[in-house]
Amino acid sequence: MAFTIRIVAGSTAPIYRQIVDQVTRGVASGELSVGESVPSVRQLARELVINPNTVAKAYAELVDSGFLETQAGKGFFVAKRRQVYTKAERLRRIDESIDQLVNQTLALDIEPEEIVQRLLERFEKNLKPASE
Amino acid sequence: MSSIAISANSLTRYFGNTPVVRQVSFDIPTGTVTGLLGLNGAGKSTLIKMLMGLLAPTRGSCSVLGVDSTLLTPSTRARIGYTIEGHFAYGRMTVRESEQFQSDSFPKWNPTLFQNTIERFGIRPAARIRTLSRGQRAGVSIALTLSSDPELLILDDPALGLDPVSRRALNETILEFMEAGVHTVLLSSHLLDDIERVTDRVLVMVDGRILVNSSVSAFLERVSIWTCESGDEPRQLPCIPGLIHAYRTGRRLTMAVVDVDEESEAAMVRIGGSSLTRSDSSFDESVIAYLSRSRSSQSFLTKNAAATVTL
Repeated sequence: MAFTIRIVAGSTAPIYRQIVDQVTRGVASGELSVGESVPSVRQLARELVINPNTVAKAYAELVDSGFLETQAGKGFFVAKRRQVYTKAERLRRIDESIDQLVNQTLALDIEPEEIVQRLLERFEKNLKPASE
Repeated sequence: MSSIAISANSLTRYFGNTPVVRQVSFDIPTGTVTGLLGLNGAGKSTLIKMLMGLLAPTRGSCSVLGVDSTLLTPSTRARIGYTIEGHFAYGRMTVRESEQFQSDSFPKWNPTLFQNTIERFGIRPAARIRTLSRGQRAGVSIALTLSSDPELLILDDPALGLDPVSRRALNETILEFMEAGVHTVLLSSHLLDDIERVTDRVLVMVDGRILVNSSVSAFLERVSIWTCESGDEPRQLPCIPGLIHAYRTGRRLTMAVVDVDEESEAAMVRIGGSSLTRSDSSFDESVIAYLSRSRSSQSFLTKNAAATVTL
């Protein structure tokens, strides 16, 4: 599988969070496609030389949030995307990030138009199919 | 099997008039890797020696595998693997001879595990131990301890002086040992990156006390770093609930805080005003903030109650 997870110790993000974020991004960008398998807990723990409970915790959170699903005896697979949050809850969550962005934008004295432009570029880059 | 592998209850040890381990209480669940962190002299080795029944507590008690440490029988000891600081080994023996020697004392010897471990450290069985590098000697010592298939493994600073490749071999060995999910490991170390990778939980020991007893991820998420400009030099910071450690570089004041709440944030705003900014903390920053308390305990900056984390 071409998709590789990398972690660093000493980051402000706990190791399990780094795994969650990378899988989430892999799914969002299409690098990981629905039905594709991800390494088993033991295998990923060995590859990364980390505690298997850390991987288990990351996978449990990914299952909870609907990114992965388990098939008994077969391991973990990328799940068909379903929304686990209501629309209102999703908006509330994204509003938190937007508030932060707006605060930063004002603090750093950057024009809102420029931020919008950069956001659109970023989305385009992330939504590109993995083959490109 | 008991679900608690190690338990300490108000454990205290004095050397003369000096308290070295003070009122320490914690439980270590079976099947986990716990890191014991602390500066040299914080009391880690003394704590471990009491767990192993090699030192009597002045007050309090501790138990391993459900047995009081002062009453350990040889058969309970055989279920515990313990390596002392510095990796003692018989220099005259070859690696194979020392395996022979050690395996005679243990009924459940696992030769495959021994072989795998020394291979991982790049050690030839025919090599004489005194010709080995420090990293390889550590490998032999770990292999000898693990291969008796202990239920509980206590490693006192196993990574001391190891090169990066030996460190990785050590981490892989510990994790392989844990894979079955029934073994418990307590290891003391100064290598914070390795501890973050390998352990489930951390105990941070400062001046004989356990100030942190938490899962690694929760610990990281609960500590935050705050910086602000503060021009005048107050003799003492006002009380900030949860303050772990604060230091000044020029006009800039940095504060590490656990479980920040409205009250502690308000206290910091009173010092820093609008210049106050928050950032997340990494594992090593969080640990170092705690360990720095000890070095600066007389400092004007840390005069408030110890911020303890237990989860």
